[in-house]
Amino acid sequence: MSSVLTVSGLGKTYASGVTALSDIDLSIERGEIFALLGPNGAGKTTLISIICGIVTPSTGTITVDGHDISRDWRAARARIGLVPQELATDSFENPLATVRFSRGLFGRPPDPAHLERVLRDLSLWDKRKARIMTLSGGMKRRVMIAKALAHEPDILFLDEPTAGVDVELRRDMWALVRELRDKGTTIILTTHYIDEAEEMADRIGVMRKGRLIVVEEKETLIRKLGKKQLTLHLPEALPSIPEALAPWGLTLSEGGARLDYTFDTQADSTGIPSLLRRMDELGIVWRDLNTRQSSLEEIFVSLVRETA
Amino acid sequence: MPKGDVPAFNAHGVWAIYRFEMARSLRTIVQSLVTPVLTTSLYFVVFGAAIGGRMGEVDGVSYGAFIVPGLIMLSLFTESIFNASFGIYFPKFTGTIYEVLSAPVSAFEILIGYVGAAATKSIVLGLVILMTAALFVPLEIAHPLAMVAFLVLTAVTFSLFGFIIGVWANGFEQLQLIPMLIVMPLTFLGGAFYSIAMLPEPWDKIALFNPVVYLVSGFRWSFFETSDVPVGLSLGLTAGFFCVCVGIVWWIFRTGYRLKS
Ligand SMILES: Nc1ncnc2c1ncn2[C@@H]1O[C@H](COP(=O)(O)OP(=O)(O)O)[C@@H](O)[C@H]1O
Ligand SMILES: [Mg+2]
Repeated sequence: MSSVLTVSGLGKTYASGVTALSDIDLSIERGEIFALLGPNGAGKTTLISIICGIVTPSTGTITVDGHDISRDWRAARARIGLVPQELATDSFENPLATVRFSRGLFGRPPDPAHLERVLRDLSLWDKRKARIMTLSGGMKRRVMIAKALAHEPDILFLDEPTAGVDVELRRDMWALVRELRDKGTTIILTTHYIDEAEEMADRIGVMRKGRLIVVEEKETLIRKLGKKQLTLHLPEALPSIPEALAPWGLTLSEGGARLDYTFDTQADSTGIPSLLRRMDELGIVWRDLNTRQSSLEEIFVSLVRETA
Repeated sequence: MPKGDVPAFNAHGVWAIYRFEMARSLRTIVQSLVTPVLTTSLYFVVFGAAIGGRMGEVDGVSYGAFIVPGLIMLSLFTESIFNASFGIYFPKFTGTIYEVLSAPVSAFEILIGYVGAAATKSIVLGLVILMTAALFVPLEIAHPLAMVAFLVLTAVTFSLFGFIIGVWANGFEQLQLIPMLIVMPLTFLGGAFYSIAMLPEPWDKIALFNPVVYLVSGFRWSFFETSDVPVGLSLGLTAGFFCVCVGIVWWIFRTGYRLKS
């Protein structure tokens, strides 16, 4: 795969003195869905805004499909579509007029058929002549997505696309993003919802205090950082954890009827066979056993905490 | 044209902005035209008929006709500034400016779109006022080409000025500030409704520091061939103001002043 976007040595200090980004290096593959995760104020919006030309960088370079965003800005920008975090629409316009405007603004000749397709895909066709101010919040957000797609961008940025959006619309949005990816569009989204990244992303970047602390394939990230938990259900409750089982760092719950053992999947040995053997020697019987892998959410929380 | 292969001049982008701005005014076409027509008519009833009857002639022109160029200029100033400043301030205010800033349109192209639309509107308005005036007083235009040249140059220059105000403004009050506190008084004191030769000493000299005097005087010359100051000076000053505005706009875009962080 070839990269469609490269960011190197990017830094941003706002006029207010806030350093929002330091030394960001990132490469996005063509056709992937990349999710940027990070707590509020981590610098996600700033990073996107710089790539899209809305905020000027303090240091570093960015190329879009080989075009430098400051030297070759026209070609770079023509390839990008942006759906910003904040809802901002022209209240007095209608959806059809506003997508037509967007397409023209990005230098593309009129194409009513494409605009109709975009509006239909976003269930806005019936409302194409309605004033945007009369539409619901969810519809306004879809209008913004339609605007970003009007010029057929290669790369689409979605800055918190599902923040404050109801469950149904979230599902629709996910379906739309997958469809776009299937058509070859590269998608970079930021989100607060970890399940969203887990559900959709091919790769995940985690930001914290202006730094990109992890960039990893989603599966790898889960495997690498994921902890597994082994749960044993005991038919005869234990009053306490026997001294002999101390090395495993077990926890006892449900009135002594449940033993939990957390292990690292990356470790040389999981410690499970020896644990079970030891329990056997001690005469502790177990009725049922299951393992569970931690979710991305747990990984995320531990990551952000670890580097604090 | 293959996708993403952008031409050196984004004509589609300029047209999109221009059309968007024009559509905005067409939504309020009635207010935009009825108000100035009504106001102009009132001016004629008050100044032309009631007062003008006692004024006799100014520089050999009936008073009713004499005030026409000044009236048009007054509308040209206020409408150009209002349209252009509102045009760029509103997207800043609502946040929709993000799209223009992220699009492959250059500063120059953005400017042509916004300022072009604002200037078009005020030129149309100027012509509507001229036609309304012609209903009240007999009008002849000695130098139609010069008249159009002054009309266009003034409309474009004040639209540029309005654009600068719109970029600079941080609130709707600031948007009104300069037109109210500077442009209106200067226009009224600038010989829009009288010849500065009619002013007593030393006001006739002081008036020469008012740039509006030169704008109105040049425009009036193209109608009646009479002027307070030489017409070349009027043209030079208008062009000078135009260049200053272009320079400021160029600086704004170069530095991203109040548009980008
Ligand atoms: N226009 C701005 N001026 C000054 N500081 C800003 C501006 N925008 C964002 N910041 C600061 O930069 C940091 C990163 O913000 P942001 O990029 O919005 O983070 P995120 O999108 O991850 O929540 C924050 O500390 C924020 O306060
Ligand atoms: Mg953000």
